[in-house]
Amino acid sequence: MAVNTLAGAPLAPQPAQPGEGKRPRRRGAYVPYLLLLPGMLWLVVFFLVPMLSLASQSLQTGDVDNGYTLTFNFATYSDALGTYWPQLLRSLIYAGTATVATLALGFPLAWFIAHRSGRYKNFLLVLVIAPFFTSFLIRTLAWQTILGDSGLLAQFTAFTHTDFLLSGFKSVLHAVGLISNDQLLFSPFAVICGLTYNFLPFMVLPLYANLERLDQRLVEAAGDLYASPVQAFRRVIWPLSLPGVVAGTLLTFIPATGDYINSVLLGSTQTTMIGQVIDAQFLRVLDYPTAAALSFILLLLIVAFVVTYVRRAGTEELV
Amino acid sequence: MADQSAGDLILRQITKSYETFTAVDNIDLVIPRGSFFALLGPSGCGKTTTLRMVAGLEQPTAGTISIGERDITSTKAYQRNVNTVFQNYALFPHLDILDNVAFGLRQRKVKDWKAKAMEALELVELTQVARKKPTQLSGGMQQRVALARAVVNRPDVLLLDEPLGALDLKLRRQMQIELKRIQQEVGLTFVHVTHDQEEAMTMADTIAVMNGGRLQQVGDPGTLYEKPESTFAANFLGQSNLLAATVKGVVDDIAQLNVHGTEMTVPADLLPEGATEIWLGIRPEKVRIIGGVAGSESESLNTLSGKVTDVSFLGVATQYLVATSWGRELTVVQQNDGAPRAVLGSNVRLAWLPANCFALDASQDADAGADIGEDA
Repeated sequence: MAVNTLAGAPLAPQPAQPGEGKRPRRRGAYVPYLLLLPGMLWLVVFFLVPMLSLASQSLQTGDVDNGYTLTFNFATYSDALGTYWPQLLRSLIYAGTATVATLALGFPLAWFIAHRSGRYKNFLLVLVIAPFFTSFLIRTLAWQTILGDSGLLAQFTAFTHTDFLLSGFKSVLHAVGLISNDQLLFSPFAVICGLTYNFLPFMVLPLYANLERLDQRLVEAAGDLYASPVQAFRRVIWPLSLPGVVAGTLLTFIPATGDYINSVLLGSTQTTMIGQVIDAQFLRVLDYPTAAALSFILLLLIVAFVVTYVRRAGTEELV
Repeated sequence: MADQSAGDLILRQITKSYETFTAVDNIDLVIPRGSFFALLGPSGCGKTTTLRMVAGLEQPTAGTISIGERDITSTKAYQRNVNTVFQNYALFPHLDILDNVAFGLRQRKVKDWKAKAMEALELVELTQVARKKPTQLSGGMQQRVALARAVVNRPDVLLLDEPLGALDLKLRRQMQIELKRIQQEVGLTFVHVTHDQEEAMTMADTIAVMNGGRLQQVGDPGTLYEKPESTFAANFLGQSNLLAATVKGVVDDIAQLNVHGTEMTVPADLLPEGATEIWLGIRPEKVRIIGGVAGSESESLNTLSGKVTDVSFLGVATQYLVATSWGRELTVVQQNDGAPRAVLGSNVRLAWLPANCFALDASQDADAGADIGEDA
């Protein structure tokens, strides 16, 4: 009997303690807020305050020498948009193309690492992030030596007597407007190559995380239910990998839109992206309101894009 | 409804070898159309590999698979008119129940897929959850969805890979009956892979017992249980008492045996061809405890004395362990029919009909297949 009582005690309903009825006061309830505090402070000081300052700057008039005053001059926005819409549009197109390219390259790679690499899985994952060990600038500069007129690509095709492939490739690029003369370097093509290369890990890693969880037996089940490999991809693998695709495309597209290093190092005056314009307005032209307004326009464009994109992909249904 | 399947499923000399081992070793099997067939064996015996080869998910190293006249060995899984109920169900999490069930129909561009899918859901009594997602259903319901998703295509052969493994005992029993009902209703060929001998015996018309990649014995549940042809089959399907015996001679179709000094008999036609040293097998429920006095029983029974070393009350029956004079413990199961129970430590006599015995060649390991039958 004694044993019974001992074993049964934790299961028996606890009688309510007097005074406990109103509101249970848990000790340490404030701890989560305390832990949140440093992060919140950081965001307020280094994100919220600068944002407000930027917003205010974009609505000011004046110049560097005589100082600025807040005049709610919304004309800056329409002027900036009127002048720089080609660069804005170009940024969206380059970033979009690079994002599609990273997806096309990254999906098979992520699938391979997740499901076919066996014991080399971790090694391959390290290789994916290995470029980060080198500076962003150096990596981008490396593309100059690859794509240059007497660069690695040209040397390689000359050495293997496959020049005709290279010139064929060039005429295709020329036809679609990705290069404007015989040069690969300093062209939209080179900029998109650089963006694709630099942002590939940001596509591969979220895709990998998603595809790794994708149960291979679902693919088998699709095959068992008369779906050919292509149909199985379309009806099972792709819908299930959408959360990874969404995460990867956001992580690629957003920074790629604002990027300007690739355009500076691999492009020409014909490939100027919005990041370069903002950079010039802030640091060389010293037209702070225009620079701030352009920053805000870019921000709003990206937010609008993300909202519509995530809505359309319907990620919330896909957990 | 029943007459859409194309013919018998025929496996000829099927072998599947991997680098280091042979999973399936030269199997010949004919599974009659419309039958409920079970592949029974312990884990790692090659039964699932066999199933996957029929589904087209693995390619056999050698041999052919055909359905009726049609050789399907080299066709891809998606080209075969064969569907599988996977062990973990493998329901598509992004599709609702109706779309899961309709997947195969829409893949084959069947016009009235919606009506057919609803009909299949009706069969498994799940029409009310047609618009729910798989994760919102219980394990048993998911199992039935997986079944509906396969049955709805009316395949030539429906494969079930341990479909009840993840369910609890009570639900499993319920689903066994359900599966049997559905099989009879739709009349398709069901090939059911399981390690649970009770499940196989409950449901299947024919059972193939597999071990180590080979077929041990194929037969209906009754024959397999009453007259196993190997110690593995004898131990894997239910419990067996195996006694070492020497054949002394045959008189009037009755073989005279010596079991550790005790005279016993067995019908001569049960003896394995040309064997003199045999295992004499008797199922626990065929043995009667007939009290403590020798010599009072009929001549035609095989009898043995022993001492009760363990008594377990099972509800419908009582299970005894009785130690023989040479130390072997026999399992005896007695119905709880109101007769007095034997007492622990008492001396008893055991008796059984010679015709209830089976005899196996003594060259086999007496313990083969023991202790692996229950929930592996």
